[in-house]
Amino acid sequence: MATNALFFLFAGLAIASAISMVYHKNPLYSAISLVGVFIALSCVYITLAAPFIAAVQVLIYAGAIMVLVVFVIMLLNLDDDQPLNRLKYLYIVGAGLGLVLLVQTLFVFYAVLRAPKQAVATNETVGKTLSIGANMYTMYLLPVEIVGVLLLMAIIGAVILVRRLSQPELENVVDDELTRRDEEDDIGDFRISI
Amino acid sequence: MEPSLASYLALSGILFTIGAAGVIFKRNALGMFMCIELMLNAVNLTFVAFSRYYADVTGQLFVFMVMSVAAAEAAVGLGIIIAFFRNRVSVDVDDASILKN
Repeated sequence: MATNALFFLFAGLAIASAISMVYHKNPLYSAISLVGVFIALSCVYITLAAPFIAAVQVLIYAGAIMVLVVFVIMLLNLDDDQPLNRLKYLYIVGAGLGLVLLVQTLFVFYAVLRAPKQAVATNETVGKTLSIGANMYTMYLLPVEIVGVLLLMAIIGAVILVRRLSQPELENVVDDELTRRDEEDDIGDFRISI
Repeated sequence: MEPSLASYLALSGILFTIGAAGVIFKRNALGMFMCIELMLNAVNLTFVAFSRYYADVTGQLFVFMVMSVAAAEAAVGLGIIIAFFRNRVSVDVDDASILKN
């Protein structure tokens, strides 16, 4: 009973934070709402008897990734998101596709209702750090190695992407962009009008 | 009494749909990035739920893999956003139209 109450409490918290993330225009508010989703989900993982995944969720997502995102938001000093003013004629197509998505969701809910109500098997060691670690370095050694290579590639890629242009080159790029925007203002922003 | 598997799958579906809607509605590249993280988390929840209900540790190991991919994605994605900001002084995805004409 307590598990049930906690699940619905944190599920509600996760959904509310997710909606708040999509709703807010300010990227910083979105980021803080997303941290709320991650922490609520880590509590949901505890109701699923997965303490290791819950701890890793807080460490990696709420800790590392979101700190990086907030750091980039602060670095770029972003404005609020502008309201949508493009492609108004696509709203009808969007409504049709949304209807298809809704029908698919209902079908998925129908399939989900046939899922087992209780656990089909119980094994108390699943989810403990010991069993995860033992499986990671025996049965799933190859995926772990592949993930290691992937992370190395990501590090090298990130360093190459953000390497700094020399200062005069950077100023040229910024000047070009500003003149392009002035010209666009003169002839009117045709991207919006079509 | 524990919540049924269906509750977890429904929560995951709702979070995934909110994330997908966010990717469509947001114009800010950072906002879209955060919505993709939300969708990855929704998938992680199904992995952990099935891992619990079939008492198999594989699901939790793949959550670990998904988290590593999300970390790699964060590093490269934020690098792309910063490089784009340097060139265009904006993170609006509508400004990424250099190939259009």
